[in-house]
Amino acid sequence: MEIRKVIRTLGFLIALLAVWQSLAILEVYPEYIFPSPLGVLQTLARGFQNGRFVIGIASSMQRILIGFGISAILGVAFGLALGRQRWLNDTLGALVLGLQTLPSICWLPIALLWFGLSETAILFVVVMGALLAITTATEAGVKNTPPLYLRAARNLGARGWKLYALVILPAALPSILTGMKLGWSFAWRSLMAAELLYVSLGLGQLLTMGRELNDMSQVIAVMIVIIAIGLLVDRAVFAPLESRVRERWGLNS
Amino acid sequence: MKLEIRNVGKTFQSKSGAITAIDTATLNVRAGEFVCLLGPSGCGKSTLLNLIAGLDKPTRGEILMDGKPIGNTGTDRVMIFQSAALFPWLSVFDNVKFGLNMIGVPKPERQVIARRYLAMVHLAEFENAFVHELSGGMRQRVAIARALALDPAVLLMDEPFGALDAQTRDLLHGELQTIWQATCKTILFVTHNVREAVVLGDRVVVFSARPARIKREWTVDLPRPRQIESYAVVDLARDIMQTLKDDVLVSQRDNDAQRLSELEMQMIGDDVL
Repeated sequence: MEIRKVIRTLGFLIALLAVWQSLAILEVYPEYIFPSPLGVLQTLARGFQNGRFVIGIASSMQRILIGFGISAILGVAFGLALGRQRWLNDTLGALVLGLQTLPSICWLPIALLWFGLSETAILFVVVMGALLAITTATEAGVKNTPPLYLRAARNLGARGWKLYALVILPAALPSILTGMKLGWSFAWRSLMAAELLYVSLGLGQLLTMGRELNDMSQVIAVMIVIIAIGLLVDRAVFAPLESRVRERWGLNS
Repeated sequence: MKLEIRNVGKTFQSKSGAITAIDTATLNVRAGEFVCLLGPSGCGKSTLLNLIAGLDKPTRGEILMDGKPIGNTGTDRVMIFQSAALFPWLSVFDNVKFGLNMIGVPKPERQVIARRYLAMVHLAEFENAFVHELSGGMRQRVAIARALALDPAVLLMDEPFGALDAQTRDLLHGELQTIWQATCKTILFVTHNVREAVVLGDRVVVFSARPARIKREWTVDLPRPRQIESYAVVDLARDIMQTLKDDVLVSQRDNDAQRLSELEMQMIGDDVL
């Protein structure tokens, strides 16, 4: 069954590439509008060889790591507080819920006014992209802590911060991870959008440059890189982490 | 340590009105005594255990330990739940050490104590295992070790073997008796299984259907270790069963029983902090 699925998926992708390549060979559209897959591959290789893509990836990754790191720390802290304090939940909780409907790129104008055309402005947008998702997921995890764990912990003498750090937080971990996964993909999207609008080194800038030079193959090559990084982080970092935690927490059965 | 339960009653307030879980209960437990609380499901005996543990407050009456009223939860009274309630993010070893960490026992000492009780429940070689790798019986053993590690005077057991298969349960009955004799703990053991109560208890206290009242009690002076299939156990169990029968019927008609146990969980979850 598994093998059949793999063959079907691979077959589809190969067929798609074949159609794309033959359309390009037949020159149905001009090269600058419709590059061939081989052309895109060459651009990709060249981009990595002359280091432009490497620098772009490195600066985008640096931004997302810092931005996502800040949101993860703040989001978990906010979520813990919102999940356990009813008065916070009724006040700030309502605000978080409202702000969450705002696409995070909409924070860019504020960020530009506050921080000017700077790294900080981009970072702000990235942080806002992931923060609310992580906050809400942590809050949900805390609220859904099985009462049995709380009773057992209290019964074994757990009080105050130890109860938070050693019982409530780990009990909420599966939910927190889900929030982080979602938050990461939001942050990645926000970052790309912000980099498109505010030109400095990064993958977004490479996309803009491709457009300005009428170099469609660069545009597509950079899009492929963006997709690949998104997929890689999801599959290589979050998916294994999530499945391990779910198994250990006994949530798989 | 002597445990006195004096005219204790508990009424839960819910949106659809008040539910009285315990009408009134008075019970004296000697130090080192093994008392089984027996009654139909949902009759309020678990509520009584929660009150003794300090996880909830009685509406009426008082609970004393050596003459002093019990306060909140305390590690002198540790509860063992039906579904082991181990922490899945911790290894078996760390689970057993959890309570010791909470009350501030120094690290090297924690390890020694945890190893001692893991050995007592025959799980020494599983200290690095995680909860999802253990069978139901092994989980209960870890829960017992985790409770014993705190060296409580009173062990409160809330149908701890209710979800296990018959063979595992028999095995654990034997082990629990050995542990009890070795540690001299006072044990309050809630069950709705009559034979289990007779096998384990020095005394079997029978509760009526909800709202719980203590209906009768039996002293069990059969020699230990007792076997669940021995004639003496079966005979006494049949005796008690007859008394219980009418009440079980009442309880089965009572739709509120399920709601009560849900309510208990909710309330305790709500005001745990």
